[in-house]
Amino acid sequence: MEPAPETLRASIRKQLGQAFHLDVAFEAAPGFTILFGASGAGKTTVLDCVAGTTYPDEGHIAIGDRVLFDAAQRIALPTAKRRAGYVFQSLSLFPHMTVEQNVQYGLSHLSRQDRAGRTSKILEAFRIAHLAKQSARQISGGESQRVALARTLVTDPAVLLLDEPLAALDAPTKSTIVEDLRQWNRDHQIPILYVTHSREEVFALGERVIVLDSGHVVADGTPHEVITAPRQQTVAQLAGFENIFDVTVQEIHPERGTMLCRIESSAPPGQQTAVPVLLETPLVRADVGSILRVGIRAGDILLATSLPQGLSARNVIPGRVTSLAQRDVIISAHVNCGVEMEVHLTLAARDSLQLAPGREVWLVIKTHSCYLMQE
Amino acid sequence: MTIDWQAFRLTLELALIVSAILLLLGLPIAYWIAFSQRRWKFLVEAIVALPIVLPPTVLGFYVLVALGPRSPLGRWWINLTGHTLAFTFTGLVIGSILYSLPFAVQPFAASFAAVDRKLIAASATLGASPLRTFFRVIAPLSLPGLITGSALSFAHTMGEFGVVLMVGGNIPGVTRTVSIDIFDRVQASDYAGANATALFLLILCFAILAIVYGVNRKMWTVTSTLSS
Repeated sequence: MEPAPETLRASIRKQLGQAFHLDVAFEAAPGFTILFGASGAGKTTVLDCVAGTTYPDEGHIAIGDRVLFDAAQRIALPTAKRRAGYVFQSLSLFPHMTVEQNVQYGLSHLSRQDRAGRTSKILEAFRIAHLAKQSARQISGGESQRVALARTLVTDPAVLLLDEPLAALDAPTKSTIVEDLRQWNRDHQIPILYVTHSREEVFALGERVIVLDSGHVVADGTPHEVITAPRQQTVAQLAGFENIFDVTVQEIHPERGTMLCRIESSAPPGQQTAVPVLLETPLVRADVGSILRVGIRAGDILLATSLPQGLSARNVIPGRVTSLAQRDVIISAHVNCGVEMEVHLTLAARDSLQLAPGREVWLVIKTHSCYLMQE
Repeated sequence: MTIDWQAFRLTLELALIVSAILLLLGLPIAYWIAFSQRRWKFLVEAIVALPIVLPPTVLGFYVLVALGPRSPLGRWWINLTGHTLAFTFTGLVIGSILYSLPFAVQPFAASFAAVDRKLIAASATLGASPLRTFFRVIAPLSLPGLITGSALSFAHTMGEFGVVLMVGGNIPGVTRTVSIDIFDRVQASDYAGANATALFLLILCFAILAIVYGVNRKMWTVTSTLSS
């Protein structure tokens, strides 16, 4: 009974202000496609163009054979006729209505009986049936999230646009909602454009990720392809290289396939001269003395509280913990070893190592955890 | 010392009719002002605001001319009904609508503009037409502004003088409103009567405004408690 899977095709060009030019083209098959990028990269504008809340200057947007927008043919369907379900970051539930009224809002074309049937079915599917009679103002953030999704999905959209809808939620709530959404899409098979700037979400959801930077597509592929092999620094930063340094090539060892690079550093507190931090990295085509940029993921660095021995890892760097901060279930430690490095570890690791600011530590980094990037 | 109840009835009737018509007429004008992207929007806003600054006699004079037998509108009306619009209750209603227009339109437009645009966009993505969006989302969320605009246009019409004098004259039961009645009494040195009428009008207007603002305040309080 469900319509055949249909692909969203979009090419969008739009001038936004003096400096920002959006120019993207992509196809999104049924299933999750993630639009990933820093804020200001143009992700939300892409969704707005698909939904018709704003129009491209040039381009073409279609779902299957159905043209939503075509600048050349002067076609621009109004938002209400596009069947583009859109969940805003702000959720934008109607505050003067109950949960049930919100969910029924898009069903005014149905008979009362069909409306009630569809509504109760989706309220069940998203586990919010018990909230039906409550005011949309009175429910929690996670509940609002579910209501906003249910309100949009109940209208049976041809494409689903999600603008960081889960950004404000804690991890467990997030993953159950994502699972419910996946479940829903197994039956409906529509393209879902999911905007996020969170790496965790890319890996949790991603079948495919499109990376946007300053209005352009800079990478497109599976999350693994895009994020493990960054070519450009913008992708690298987005891909979660918390540590990015400029280094000078000091020695080249073609026979071992490695190089020795020096990170430019300032003098550590209490010492007169800067101790250069040396880093063994994979070999790339570069001359001694040339300047390169190295990215290291905070999650790829090991921490030891005594000088480790008998390790295969080639980089063991002494330093001192300067700060510890908890983010969700991850501890982010900043370590000064001539330069400041960010290291991620688990709560249990922090406790068993008895880490605290001021503690002397060694950073352990594998050669191939150092990614060399183009500038 | 007697109060001219007929004048009071007439004034209330006028104010009710005018504020009701302004509610209907003001909604589309305010909607256009709040949401139109036209560059010359400011001109319309200026025209709507004109009655605030114009002396009522100027406004009344032009309305009188426009309603009179020399204007196309006046001639059309005479052809239709056989008599002139000037010095009639209908003429008075037309003059008062123009006179009180900004007092309805400005609060309406301000409250429409204050509705979260994302809610309006959400309504459209859910398939709602602009009309449905207006009645289901914009208007309910603008209710305090709609009440304020209607109350102000009602009260403003209750107290008008210059326009009535110019357009309506002083015909008992037809165009003789309370403010004209008071003016008349002062002219005739009936200060006691003028005082009683004026005091009654003052109390009546105050009571109406107090009730409206009280209801409004309560609604705002409920709104803010719920959203916090």
